[in-house]
Amino acid sequence: MILNFKGKKITDIVSVVPSQISKYEDEIENYSFSRVKCMKLKEIMGFDEHRIAPDSVTASDLCEFAFNHLVENKGLDRESIDAMIFVTHTPDHFIPPTSSILHGKLGLKEDCLCFDINHGCAGFIIGLQQAFMLLEQEGINKVALLNGDTLSRKINKKDRNSFPVVGDAGAVTIIENDSSANDIKIFTKNRGKDAMVLKIPAGAFRMPSNEETSKDIDVGDGNFRSLDNLNMEGASVFSFVQVEVPLMVDEILKANNLSKDEIDFYMFHQPNKFMLEKLADKIEVTREKMPNNIVEIYGNSNSVTIPVNITHNLSSELLEDKKLKLCLAGFGVGLTWASMILDMGSLNSCELIEYKE
Amino acid sequence: MKDKIKEVLENIRPEFDFADSDNFLEDGLLDSFDLITLVSSLDETFGISIEGTEMTPENFQNISKIENLVQKYVKD
Repeated sequence: MILNFKGKKITDIVSVVPSQISKYEDEIENYSFSRVKCMKLKEIMGFDEHRIAPDSVTASDLCEFAFNHLVENKGLDRESIDAMIFVTHTPDHFIPPTSSILHGKLGLKEDCLCFDINHGCAGFIIGLQQAFMLLEQEGINKVALLNGDTLSRKINKKDRNSFPVVGDAGAVTIIENDSSANDIKIFTKNRGKDAMVLKIPAGAFRMPSNEETSKDIDVGDGNFRSLDNLNMEGASVFSFVQVEVPLMVDEILKANNLSKDEIDFYMFHQPNKFMLEKLADKIEVTREKMPNNIVEIYGNSNSVTIPVNITHNLSSELLEDKKLKLCLAGFGVGLTWASMILDMGSLNSCELIEYKE
Repeated sequence: MKDKIKEVLENIRPEFDFADSDNFLEDGLLDSFDLITLVSSLDETFGISIEGTEMTPENFQNISKIENLVQKYVKD
């Protein structure tokens, strides 16, 4: 499905990462593979450094920090926010919605819509889509999209497939109406029949956590996971991405009457470096146009990788008085895949900051 | 080409004799992450980029299958 939106623009993006850096080389002793074998994957997969939040810090804390940074340093008026969306896999509690907790902590007005969205890899684009829909309503002129995840604590430290790439992060994106902005088309597809290829089996109501679900299981390929941990069928997810994402990019380009070369940067979700390099080659764009460095510097933070990617790699260009044509794409959990092409630039703020308690 | 492929395989898993197997993944000579290392090494050795959609167990069963796959890219 492709939806079209008129007169919407992003004005600010602030990403926040924890200051604690965990290094792959220090984690190798946790894995049941030889150091030599692990080191062969370092460069290929982008296993290097990642940011891990302390246990006391939640995704909402990271987003609160980024939002307050915008208020205190960039002149954002709390009163101007008419709606706030919080996209996360890692809420503070089952009840209440974390967006309600954030609404209180951020000091937003009562006349402000708030809701949570449980989404991951495509969650930045899903969140923008919801923000654009809200902005179609009279009375909603400014939306704050908060993306945050601290999924590191749901990944087994003896799972070499997933732990080396996970990263915790948060981001706040401010979106508002602008009648002079070009149309923005958003592509979204879902394949619920494959939803369980990326899951945390236990911990909610289908399978509550108990002593059994917390036990580490040797899954047979040298990795260990419990049912309370993230479980991913890596080969299925890889294959899905390699087949569907190039088709999606073709479709969104066609819908915009654009060629691949007319896109300045392809700012994609970053599950690992190898996957991104294969995508760039398949789509036939240079690897420079599709940055893949986030996963080896900060880790994969699910719905936050795209804003982290933008604020780390393009902040100086996006603060200038010019526009870049960007193709964004997120893909994974759901299975959901989503993409959009938009002109972005002349931002009030575009910054990546470190969280301080 | 066969020798070069064999060299790449031995570099990834020096403990195995790849001539003894006709199905590397089923026989446990390669796991899914070895496959990633293998594709990356083949890309570098032959100056190609094997598509992600070709990373199926069937294409990496044995040296002949890998050779067929690499030939496709070298010819292109």
